[in-house]
Amino acid sequence: MWKWLHPYAKTEQTYFLCQRLFPWFAFLAVIALLTGCVWGLAYAPADYQQGDSARIMYVHVPTAILSMSTYAAMAIAALIGLVWQIRTADMAVAAIAPVGAVVTLLALLTGAAWGKPMWGTWWVWDARLTSELILLFMYLGVWALYHAFDDKQTGGKAAGLMAIVGVVNLPIIHYSVEWWNTLHQGASITKFAKPSIAPEMLWPLLINLFGLAMAIGALALLSLQNEILRREIKRPWVQKLGEQA
Amino acid sequence: MQFENWQAFFAMGGYGLFVWLSFGAFAALMLGSYVVLKVQRRNLLSAIRAEQARRKRIEASKG
Amino acid sequence: MQGFITQMRRDMLLAFRARAEVFQPLLFFVLVISLFPLGVGPGPQTLQKVGPGIIWVAALLSALLGLDRLFRDDFNDGALEQQMLSGASLPWLVLAKICSHWLVSIVPLILISPLLALFLNLTADMYWALLLTLLLGTPVISLVGAIGVGLTVSVQKGGVLLSLLLLPLLVPLLIIATSAVDAAAIQLAYNGQLFLLAAMLLFSLALSPLASAYALRVSLN
Repeated sequence: MWKWLHPYAKTEQTYFLCQRLFPWFAFLAVIALLTGCVWGLAYAPADYQQGDSARIMYVHVPTAILSMSTYAAMAIAALIGLVWQIRTADMAVAAIAPVGAVVTLLALLTGAAWGKPMWGTWWVWDARLTSELILLFMYLGVWALYHAFDDKQTGGKAAGLMAIVGVVNLPIIHYSVEWWNTLHQGASITKFAKPSIAPEMLWPLLINLFGLAMAIGALALLSLQNEILRREIKRPWVQKLGEQA
Repeated sequence: MQFENWQAFFAMGGYGLFVWLSFGAFAALMLGSYVVLKVQRRNLLSAIRAEQARRKRIEASKG
Repeated sequence: MQGFITQMRRDMLLAFRARAEVFQPLLFFVLVISLFPLGVGPGPQTLQKVGPGIIWVAALLSALLGLDRLFRDDFNDGALEQQMLSGASLPWLVLAKICSHWLVSIVPLILISPLLALFLNLTADMYWALLLTLLLGTPVISLVGAIGVGLTVSVQKGGVLLSLLLLPLLVPLLIIATSAVDAAAIQLAYNGQLFLLAAMLLFSLALSPLASAYALRVSLN
């Protein structure tokens, strides 16, 4: 059942798979993000309560949602590395961590920029902003742990374990939203309940969500390729790559 | 188009600073990550080439 | 199981021989807490309001300070490697180390907490809540901490790294514990928070020895 995974344990295979996938991810990301941002900024209606400041939603909500999903993706890679002892999966953990940290930072920045006009302050200690901040620390922890080791093989395994330990905290982060319900509005998109947001505002949001997911994928692919090059620099196929470039 | 002219578009109903700050940070950080990763890639490849050139020089001096 | 008892006796003995080092976290705990009235002002109302949070944050920090001792000495003199090769079950050995570390470094903090509760003008109700949360919550610090120490034990510059790894994971603990004491301050029931703390304790008790043992295997290759 999992046989198809095995070739990608070889770093060379994974490197060229990333090479092939990257243009698709990048293309879709650029198209979707441009469409979503222009639509959201210029054509979507303004919110009847918050006016034009609600347009920040088109970048804030995707970054906030995907910062958590990226952590989940990193933890899945870590689990694959832990169970099957596949080195490439540990490299993927190290590659995803900085990308996830950037997305989380964006969620915090856009959240602050939205909070200032709406709540009157840049920062409010509400459940979701706080859990984003903790998420940022968790990404930085995984990343710092990886780089603290001189032996990257050990570092990769350690970072993977840390990512798995951290993913136990993700449900707690989720439920903390219900524990203290303070200034933040309730979640706008849910799978089960009827969306409380107008369809002409939902479309650009979904397009941006898709675009950002593709962008994160593209950046993670690039970052994984760099990680592979860095760790496999002595291998013949990497040397050949250097000759071609 | 929800806005009557470009001025209104940039003003964003008085929230221009916050809206453009968010979208600006988004564009800057995403593009910035891409550029940083590309620069890292170029540095890695040139490090590989420098290493190869060094090895070739050593070969040449031996032979 | 035999290994568990032997290991625990050995670790306790070693800790009592190095008393000075064991008391450092305790002194740090008392000092940090006596600094706060100087910083926020001596008003009894203010102190009562921020007291539970201060005691818990100080307990977290001083526990982190002493956590390094959990595996580091044994790692440096090679005893850890011998214990891993001994054939005894590693998760049990790790659990023994965690238990003795909790008894030696953290129980003194709990014992001195009545004094600090007086410093910070906590009421009797608040103190009982604080004591219960400390009893249920501090083992979680040792258990979760063991994973972090296991991961960083072979890293030379691991000091700040350990805090960066562990503090985010311990945030829910801090939130729940202080909210229990806050509930006690206004005469509300805080059973719910205690049950949550107990759940966290059992959960980490089940998983942390396994994770720490794996972390040690990774660190020692």
